[in-house]
Amino acid sequence: MTTGARPSDYPPPFAAREFVGEPTDPVDERIEVGILIIGAGPAGLACAIRIGQLIEEQPELAERLGDVPVAVVEKGKQPGSHLLSGAVVNPRSLQRLFGGRYRIADMPSYGPVHGEAVYMLTRRAALRIPPPPTMRNHGNVVFSLSRLGRWLGERAEEGGATILPETTASKLLVSHGRVVGVRTGDKGRGRAGEALGNLEPGSDLVAKVTVLAEGTQGHLTGVAIDHFGLHGAEPQVWELGVKEVWKVAKPLDHIVHTLGWPLRTAKKYREFGGSFVYPMGDDMLTIGMVVGLDYRDADLSVHDLLQELKTHPKMRSMLEGGERVAWGAKTIPSGGFHSLPSSLHAPGLLLCGDGVGMVNIPTLKGVHYAIESGRLAAEAAVAALQPGSTPATSLGSYDAAVRDSFIWSDLHEVRDMRQVFGRGFVVGGALASAMTVSKGRIELGKLPAEPDADQPLLRSGRAASYPAPDGVLTFDKLSSVFASGNKTRDDQPNHIRVEQRVARDVAELWAHMCPAQVYEVGAEHDDGTVTVQLAPSNCVQCGAITAKGGRLTPPEGGSGPEYTLT
Amino acid sequence: MKIAVCVKHVPEGSARMDPGSLRLDRSGEGALNRFDANAVEEALRIKGDGDAEVVVVSMGPERAADSLRKALAMGADRAVLVCDAAVAGSDLVATSRVLAKALEREGADLVLFGQQAGDSDGAMLWSAVAERLRLPVISQAAELTVESAALRVKRQTEFGYDLVEAPLPAVVAVSDAINEPRYPSLKGIMGAKKKPQEVLSLADLGVAADEAGDAGSRTEVLALAAPPARGGSQKIEGDGNAAQAIVDFLAEKRLI
Amino acid sequence: MSVLVFLEHHGDELQKGSLGVLAKAASLGQGDVSAVLAGGGVTALAAEAGSYGAATVYVADDASFEPPLPQPRVDVLAKVIRDGGFDTVLFANSVLAADIASGLAARLDAGLNWDLADIAVESDALVGKRPALQDTVFVDVGWRSTPRLAIFRAGSFDATPTGGGAPKVETVTVDLEPYSAAAKVVGQEHEEASGPSVEDADIVVAGGRGLGAPESFALAENLARALGGAVGATRAVVDAGWYPYSAQIGQTGKMVSPKLYVALGISGAIQHKVGMQNSSVIVAINKDANAPIFEFSDLGVVGDVHEIVPKLTELVNQRKGA
Repeated sequence: MTTGARPSDYPPPFAAREFVGEPTDPVDERIEVGILIIGAGPAGLACAIRIGQLIEEQPELAERLGDVPVAVVEKGKQPGSHLLSGAVVNPRSLQRLFGGRYRIADMPSYGPVHGEAVYMLTRRAALRIPPPPTMRNHGNVVFSLSRLGRWLGERAEEGGATILPETTASKLLVSHGRVVGVRTGDKGRGRAGEALGNLEPGSDLVAKVTVLAEGTQGHLTGVAIDHFGLHGAEPQVWELGVKEVWKVAKPLDHIVHTLGWPLRTAKKYREFGGSFVYPMGDDMLTIGMVVGLDYRDADLSVHDLLQELKTHPKMRSMLEGGERVAWGAKTIPSGGFHSLPSSLHAPGLLLCGDGVGMVNIPTLKGVHYAIESGRLAAEAAVAALQPGSTPATSLGSYDAAVRDSFIWSDLHEVRDMRQVFGRGFVVGGALASAMTVSKGRIELGKLPAEPDADQPLLRSGRAASYPAPDGVLTFDKLSSVFASGNKTRDDQPNHIRVEQRVARDVAELWAHMCPAQVYEVGAEHDDGTVTVQLAPSNCVQCGAITAKGGRLTPPEGGSGPEYTLT
Repeated sequence: MKIAVCVKHVPEGSARMDPGSLRLDRSGEGALNRFDANAVEEALRIKGDGDAEVVVVSMGPERAADSLRKALAMGADRAVLVCDAAVAGSDLVATSRVLAKALEREGADLVLFGQQAGDSDGAMLWSAVAERLRLPVISQAAELTVESAALRVKRQTEFGYDLVEAPLPAVVAVSDAINEPRYPSLKGIMGAKKKPQEVLSLADLGVAADEAGDAGSRTEVLALAAPPARGGSQKIEGDGNAAQAIVDFLAEKRLI
Repeated sequence: MSVLVFLEHHGDELQKGSLGVLAKAASLGQGDVSAVLAGGGVTALAAEAGSYGAATVYVADDASFEPPLPQPRVDVLAKVIRDGGFDTVLFANSVLAADIASGLAARLDAGLNWDLADIAVESDALVGKRPALQDTVFVDVGWRSTPRLAIFRAGSFDATPTGGGAPKVETVTVDLEPYSAAAKVVGQEHEEASGPSVEDADIVVAGGRGLGAPESFALAENLARALGGAVGATRAVVDAGWYPYSAQIGQTGKMVSPKLYVALGISGAIQHKVGMQNSSVIVAINKDANAPIFEFSDLGVVGDVHEIVPKLTELVNQRKGA
């Protein structure tokens, strides 16, 4: 029975226009760079690396780009600090990016996939099923995205890029309808926004072309889509992934995906997702749980479902004698083709990667699309700076290039897969297989996608049966936040925009949803609503709140997790 | 005026000891020791808008250049890194010897240290270095005022504050109460790469390999063990006698 | 083994920490133990050292040693060690002692192990025992030189008189190095009744959400006053505005290691634990029997702070008054 409450009944105090404006620093204090990239993830760093290659090929380009040809702004402590994924990566984009310069063997991977198994889990059993055609990983390589990000950052710097860590891009600078750069965030403000002793105000960072590669729930990406009216045919929807890295006694020699338990298959719950276990060398593995945020049960906690998953005999035996060494959480955009923005560029602006939803959910792949989109963005940005190019058409070449690429054709092939699972797992599974086999030629007609926050809530009481943390196999949220390396400064303004007085069920939803225990159900009021209390410094910036009724904005640069193995 | 600041690159997060070498495992992520940031900040405050030169000096692996760059981004003018395989495993005696040689080379008017190195819980390097440089040393500086030829320190002790004066050149170790380190500005971060960063070997300093590292050390780690359990931990019910039970416990431990 | 212990004094009193180290040295049974003392008008204090195990006390008694500065003391100790042929020199940690020991290590090219919790003679070698990496491991440390210098963590040994008689007192005079004499104390401010800051306090009473409401912090304040300690707070209550950030203890607040930490209504999440786990003694009062804090407290009381703390404060006050 749904209770009728929806997170979207309580829109957050957020408006995109708050984050768009003209530069305000005096002209000679603005920091000028050639091409500005926001986000040192696979898309942003691929873009920076490609620009470095182009500069090497065309030395006159360096002059046109100035003293600082490429700057990459990164809100984490360093490239990799905020990167989290499975990850089983299709190597084609990395090979394409580096040509012969670096081969996969030169990169910090955990080796090629040696085999895979898919299981349908019940509480006690694991039924092996043939991998759906979408889940074939032969030829793919296991990486820690965080480690790969660190490595790509070094390559980008080698190629002349300047990486600016611990720096947020808070505001989109737009002048005469054109994006001219970003304003970085202030550092050294107190809880109420007051200036502390060491206040360092942000700066206007201006550039000829700005590339937004912010990843899932990208702050300025969302702002730009609103400001320039670039919304796609369907609203974006997300999944939440929570994962751990374990040192283990018994090496794993194949990748594992599971469906079924602990997710429930009945249609009313809308629980779409599964788990993965990937080997990381001889002595480590990573285990994670991914669930679509269109779920309806306010009691659902992906973190706790991961803990529950580990108690399954099959998982337990993989982890026997081992030790958890990392934990993290991040959302994945899952709307696919229909949710891509109507345009990937605007005057002075290019959009890449997860930020715009270039993720193929049925194959669980997005890293190689991000890298390819970054590479294509570099080429378009550089082309736009050639003498004689016109501003209007040049950045549009990026859209054309993406449309001609495998990014587009892959996403198009699986375009209706996601919506299909809304009809329940068993029916959905069959349809999904049918669509893959036909390479997407079966048209189901448009199934309208609904924003995750519009899903009406129900209470099942399942939170009572989550395993109590034992500190050995299962862990509570606070010690997990600690394991993510999060040491965010407490005494800073709250970066999470949410309506703080909501229906109890919405508050409970947020409290269970958040893997970092940011939200707590507080005092009840006479009208039945409750106050939501926040501990923003726990936040690992996964982005789930933005999907489910609130809005995440970046906290002070350097805050958040310090992932190294995720 | 030249101010030299000794800084250390320390492991971040949970450091581990390598059971093989019995040394701190420095292979993970590292950062500028947060107490050294106070020392860099103090040097920058003394410099103000003047033309004093602030040099940051460190002894460590190649990666330590990251921490030096952070200091340069805050506003230091130059960085010197003593990087040599032979310094690994240096104890206080060996480290102070190497640092003193690097500092002699600089001939600074003021040498600053931060309160302690996070990874070794109280390195007290400043006194050993001052001894080798034959300079006065004042530690636990909660306030520091520098004139052209002398300085005054408000030194924090267990008993309160001592006001201490000394002529320059001198060595001062600042406490973390002295200031709030600044965030590097974007311009600072971008400009850091262009500032001079020297990398020196032991040979450059005239230090023999056996005067540093494990060979030059006078202490050693013999074995690792688990810490003794926190002695009999008791748990009692909070009934009417609880308050008295607590008092008895505290009295037994001679805490009241 | 020939052992020398540095005795620190303040005003007219020998510091308990140094006396504890002296008593420990005597208990090692490695022959006569000597002590060294430097100050202005301190000769009279030397006698007391006999009751804690010193057979001989070297005294440098001069106005130049009145200020509590380390470098003149390095000159004194270096002379005493060389003339007396001491191979082992022990210190109780303090601001002054740490500076002296470190300077001495450089002067004599002598190994210095610090933060020791204990020391023992094993197979004829002196072995120091110290915690490391935030008390998660224990290491055995040794020396490769003589003299061997060691600094012990504050409060490692009790200053229990060993019943020794009056010691031999030897006067020491030394020419100070020019750099040793360069620093001068020009003023002093001694902390009186304003109370210690949370980082420096020997006793900390900290409150968490289990206090229930901001007004209940008065419980923590009253108990802290009775015990002569400082008040701390968890991140949760600081976030909620119950207490200022300057009192926050934990991973993103202050790290403290007092002799006594009393945790009121604190669950003991790891973010808080890392800020206070090095406390010598931890007493926790919490309604929830399963609170993680009970896993690392020395005395855990499962009960209501509102009932227990006022009574506890009253009993402490009575005891102190008595």
